[in-house]
Amino acid sequence: MEGFIELPVVDHARLAARFVADAERVQWHDALLWQVRLKRDRAAAEVPEWEELRRLASEIKAHVLTYLDRYLEQFEAQARACGIQVHWARDAAAHNRIVHELLATRHVRRVVKSKSMLTEECGLNPYLEARGIEVVDTDLGERIMQLLRQPPSHIVTPAIHLRREEVARLFHEKLGVPENLTPDELVAVARRVLRQKFLEAEAAITGVNFAVAETGTLVVCTNEGNADLGMHLAPVHIAAMGIEKLIPRLVDLGVFLRLLARSATGQPLTVYTTHIGRPRPGQEVHVVLVDNGRSRRLGLPRFWPALKCIRCGACMNTCPVYRRSGGYSYGATVPGPIGAILMPGYDAARYRTLPYASSLCGSCREVCPVQIDIDEQLYAWRQEVGPRYVPRLKRLAMRLAARVLASPGRYRRAGRLLRWSLRRLPRRILYGPWNGWGRARELPSAPAESFLEWYRKTRASATAQR
Amino acid sequence: MTVALFVPCYIDQFYPRVARAALTLLERLGCRVEVPLDQTCCGQPLANAGFAREARPVMAHFVRVFAPYDYIVAPSGSCVFHVRHHLEADDAEAVRHVQQRTYELCQFLREVLQVERIEARFPHRVAVHDSCHGLRGLGLGRPSERMVPAYSVVRDLLRQVDGLELVEPSRPDECCGFGGTFAVEEEAMSVRMGQDRLDDFLQAGAEVVVSTDMSCLMHLEGLARRQQLPLRFLHVAEILAGAD
Repeated sequence: MEGFIELPVVDHARLAARFVADAERVQWHDALLWQVRLKRDRAAAEVPEWEELRRLASEIKAHVLTYLDRYLEQFEAQARACGIQVHWARDAAAHNRIVHELLATRHVRRVVKSKSMLTEECGLNPYLEARGIEVVDTDLGERIMQLLRQPPSHIVTPAIHLRREEVARLFHEKLGVPENLTPDELVAVARRVLRQKFLEAEAAITGVNFAVAETGTLVVCTNEGNADLGMHLAPVHIAAMGIEKLIPRLVDLGVFLRLLARSATGQPLTVYTTHIGRPRPGQEVHVVLVDNGRSRRLGLPRFWPALKCIRCGACMNTCPVYRRSGGYSYGATVPGPIGAILMPGYDAARYRTLPYASSLCGSCREVCPVQIDIDEQLYAWRQEVGPRYVPRLKRLAMRLAARVLASPGRYRRAGRLLRWSLRRLPRRILYGPWNGWGRARELPSAPAESFLEWYRKTRASATAQR
Repeated sequence: MTVALFVPCYIDQFYPRVARAALTLLERLGCRVEVPLDQTCCGQPLANAGFAREARPVMAHFVRVFAPYDYIVAPSGSCVFHVRHHLEADDAEAVRHVQQRTYELCQFLREVLQVERIEARFPHRVAVHDSCHGLRGLGLGRPSERMVPAYSVVRDLLRQVDGLELVEPSRPDECCGFGGTFAVEEEAMSVRMGQDRLDDFLQAGAEVVVSTDMSCLMHLEGLARRQQLPLRFLHVAEILAGAD
């Protein structure tokens, strides 16, 4: 596909093992995200119709995705009528090109950007920087990650994997402030530095949380007000949105706003929820509608519901694997359970291990505010990537296992051999390096007799008579 | 009432005591239990690994063996979840019949037998490990993520046992980390998840951990035995059938 280059396979198990090796850090990371999950639980519990809202949101999204072509056209017409300029980008490369062109023709050298996972997905920052444009991320977490020159590890809280001491050290090194500042002091430093950037910026780039087809309105949600400051000060506002962010009507917005912040951070509402209806006098507003593989996914019968995602991150916070393996183990802009079903849709070869980075516990499905059946899609993705990419030896083992398990005679003989081995083989052989189970765990002790053998001996005569 | 006992392959081979307990329990509650001797496996281990197509002969065999029965009961939420949601075979009608008629043991006691009184005694501090497939997959209780009234089929049954004291871990339904082939392919994750689960049970003061799924317990017990932790692991059927 255009815009994609071949990248190395993401080996989640290996990256996760590296993260989990720091036992103390993983405990901290897990506890921190679990606190967010608990906040979400408390916030959701305060809404009596929570489960009803989830169902409604899921149905609205299913509807809008079913008629996406019509709603996109309606949105385009409405937005244009309001003076918002609409651009279409087939893929990441087209998106970057459009944004760069808008900036270059207006001689923009300095840009402030609020949180947008889409621009991460498209690799916009390095693209613009390579063309001499300074892009400053203004979300505090993203700013921290930008100073570190690393991608976010979480879509809502990009620097959640860093401790305050690490941030203090970073600010000391990059911004020349004293070491060991308190969190409040660090925020004050960030505010001071960013304010200058806001004032200097000639353009602001934001993401889009929701776009309303009926009115042509863009809705941006933040907790820091950084998107608002950027777009209100700069003469040019460019909003980047994936085509799946549409909702049909303004009245539908309430359903999603009630779910989004509660699911993401446990707040009733984001601190700033801004509607962009039309440009203010003298300002230009552009929206870039990006496909980048989304319409192809819409055509996948089993996997299109993943496009319902409103990027709240609740599945990451609840996922016992994400909490203990960190966002980077997924090697993707969108990590966690939702990332594990989104990414193989873009590049199945590269992200083939992600559908296996789960115990299929289903907690992600239950927290999802738009009821995406994430665990069922993980199972379905395994059926797609397993037969295609699993090494020959394992496929052979699978076929052999199937032959054994499909035949009562072979199953009995294999069972006897297995139990005999567990009981008789010396420990150093049983717990050899081949035994991935046995490095930290004892194998189950094998009885002399299986249940069916016992039953056949003691009871089967009675059954056989009937 | 005639019931076919579906004994998952790993229970047959490693935990025959659990199948015997399920048999005893069902018979004591008045069921006529048949054990189809040709049964092998439901195909879940292969299908969850991404090889549902390879598992089709296994699943077809499963359907052939169990299709003649009105009720099919298994002491394993995970295998029952697979049967209900992922079973594939050519004979669609037989598949549908088997899917609708297969019950996890506790679910069968509650929904079909509507058991009100269990004659058993177990004077210990017990923690329930809700298996994910049983809890969220089959609806054996309210998962902590859901904003609906709380209930728990397993705890309701255990409360009928004399002397048994239920204790609760701080994270009520966190996954133990077993996850089938996940336990080996993502070994580091799996072990860490299990370790955290064990710590939570010990913190809660549990002496015994019970579950509807021996697979979760096989993983947890494997970890606990390696470290010689003071915890016992029993299938819920063993307690309801009067283990001690």
